[in-house]
Amino acid sequence: MKLTFSRSVIAGSAFFAALVFAGDQTDDYLTTLTELGYPAPADNQLVHIPPTLKDLEQSSMHPELKRVIRRGHDLFTDTQQLRGENVFNNMNCSSCHLGDGRMPFSAPVWPAAVTLPNYRGKNDHVNSLEERIAGCFTYSMNGKPPDYGSDNMLALAAYHHWLARGVTMYPEQPIYGRGFPAPERPEEVSYQRGEQLYKEKCAICHGDNGEGLRIRDTTVFPAPWGNNSYNWGAGMVRVSSAAGFVKNNMPLGQPLSLTDQEAWDVAHFMNSQERPQDPRYTGDVAETLEKYGPTFHKHSLYGQKRESDGKVLGDHSNTGNKDFLKPDTVRPRTFE
Amino acid sequence: MLTVKHLPTTILALSTLTLPGWLQAATEGDASRGAEAAAVCTSCHQADGSGKHNEQGESWPQLAGLDAGYLAKQLRDYQSGRRQNATMKPFANMLSDQQIVDVAQFYSKMAPRPGQGGESASTEVLQRGRILAQRGDWSAYIVSCQSCHGPDNQGVGTVFPGIAGQHAGYIVAQLEAWQAGERTNDPQDLMGTIARRMNDDDIRAVAAWLANQPPAAELEEIQP
Ligand code: HEC
Ligand code: HEC
Ligand code: HEC
Ligand code: HEC
Repeated sequence: MKLTFSRSVIAGSAFFAALVFAGDQTDDYLTTLTELGYPAPADNQLVHIPPTLKDLEQSSMHPELKRVIRRGHDLFTDTQQLRGENVFNNMNCSSCHLGDGRMPFSAPVWPAAVTLPNYRGKNDHVNSLEERIAGCFTYSMNGKPPDYGSDNMLALAAYHHWLARGVTMYPEQPIYGRGFPAPERPEEVSYQRGEQLYKEKCAICHGDNGEGLRIRDTTVFPAPWGNNSYNWGAGMVRVSSAAGFVKNNMPLGQPLSLTDQEAWDVAHFMNSQERPQDPRYTGDVAETLEKYGPTFHKHSLYGQKRESDGKVLGDHSNTGNKDFLKPDTVRPRTFE
Repeated sequence: MLTVKHLPTTILALSTLTLPGWLQAATEGDASRGAEAAAVCTSCHQADGSGKHNEQGESWPQLAGLDAGYLAKQLRDYQSGRRQNATMKPFANMLSDQQIVDVAQFYSKMAPRPGQGGESASTEVLQRGRILAQRGDWSAYIVSCQSCHGPDNQGVGTVFPGIAGQHAGYIVAQLEAWQAGERTNDPQDLMGTIARRMNDDDIRAVAAWLANQPPAAELEEIQP
């Protein structure tokens, strides 16, 4: 499929200007999303709904490429097949990137394919798509990324690229539904209220102790904290990201059903629980906080005293289910 | 109010393993006593618990192999009116609290049989059904059935019943009951939210596909 003109012209609908047409379904998605209460795209926003596997089958790409993209999709939605090798917790990529990484407001992954290589504050250098994917393996999956250029890494990258089909490289417009947009931060946030809400709305799936649920070695409900969850270096430990994720995606099937206050309270509660150490740990929580506070942990509760009992969060050397702290892909780059 | 009502279910839901011994004993039924109490149920649910898909009238759900806690909750919900069905209500009302856990235990131990009612569906319909069951349709924010009903839609614990191998007519009736507000006994409206987003074609497609799938695998060794 070729890149087409702004669909607003074709469809005669007035409300988005810079839309890329990837499937026939874009209007369906936007109608559904706005009816659920998500904002409609702003005039200057880039709207892209990625193609589906069905579109893949129908496309005229080389069958071998299709096979590799399908493998990337399979790895993305069943990342547990790399358990013990690259993944050391109960997550799949799709545990946080809902709808196979395609959904707006659920950090759709295709923007990485059209905005990278780019500078990232988190590691203070220019990153490639593979390095971005490696980041989620290191932190969100508490693991060790597949080697750069390996079959699995290439398959995952191909899946990301294909999702971005038809979008211009380095787009100038802001992207509709990118990331986990945080609701407005309320004046105060309460651990107790968060705990109560967690019991009422989340524990039925994620368990009273955040353990989630697995059956026959398959993750049904991922673990929001503990050894089988994301580690202290993951994007999700930023309370704003977690509040944005929860508000826009949880409880499963009922997005935007919590108030902004509730989303922040429950995110605060969830991220006040223990999880595997930040792979960038220097051996001392205060020192690690000082080093990575300005670029990262200023948004998390790492190294802080927990509101409920005064326990210092992240003050341990527990790496979860893996027997190493930091994979060697976490390293500075200077281009010198 | 809602929360208080749901609390017992939530406790049951969190893997029975974590329950203290005494509580487990109190909630556990006796399958042989259950067999006696279930004598009146066989005219519809059949002697082997397999139920029946009825093309014209109401279908009778397969009960064999469903989770005991789930079955008991349904029977209590018919009694209290949180789940409404004119055919089933009088039979639920016949049962004492003890008989409820007994029949639930009895049926949960039976080996399920293949589901009925999906045999004549076209490939196209089945394909649509498979997508809904395994991947969902995010253009309508229909989350895949298996993200709650578990791998192969064979059920997860007490809260999320197995729906693979259930009869198509019954699945259709339930989804329509949720749409019509006649079934509101699901915790946190989790199922109602999804059902209300489905259209008639979706419902028929997913019901046909699910009916053709194997029910709970692990129960195969257990004899009725
Ligand atoms: C525990 C939750 C979690 C898991 C699991 C997870 N991610 Fe992420 N991912 C995030 C967060 C948080 C962000 C940052 C979103 C933001 O910018 O607000 C992100 C961002 C991304 C991005 C960048 C998106 C953009 O807009 O540029 C890519 C690509 C990505 N993840 C890929 C993956 C892959 C591949 C996996 C599996 C190996 C994975 N993620 C697993 C939480 C997760
Ligand atoms: C009906 C079951 C269900 C309910 C209720 C639910 N979740 Fe989830 N949650 C899921 C599933 C399933 C996923 C993974 C998405 C997927 O695999 O499709 C998930 C993913 C998550 C994740 C990202 C992965 C992880 O575990 O860290 C977080 C965080 C989360 N949920 C928090 C919450 C919070 C907070 C609530 C309550 C407000 C909640 N969930 C309610 C089923 C549920
Ligand atoms: C006259 C036929 C008939 C008889 C007899 C009958 N049932 Fe039912 N049963 C039904 C029908 C029809 C439904 C589905 C009702 C609905 O749509 O809610 C049902 C539903 C159920 C359910 C809910 C199943 C599920 O998957 O949620 C249970 C449990 C049940 N019956 C148990 C029993 C027991 C135990 C008895 C005997 C004490 C019994 N039934 C006798 C017709 C019958
Ligand atoms: C967000 C979680 C969730 C999702 C997604 C979900 N369900 Fe359910 N479903 C439930 C819960 C919870 C129940 C049990 C309700 C109760 O306790 O009465 C249920 C019950 C059912 C039942 C009744 C079973 C019986 O024996 O009576 C059917 C049929 C069903 N679901 C079909 C589906 C189909 C088809 C899909 C996919 C299109 C689906 N569900 C997706 C949560 C979910």
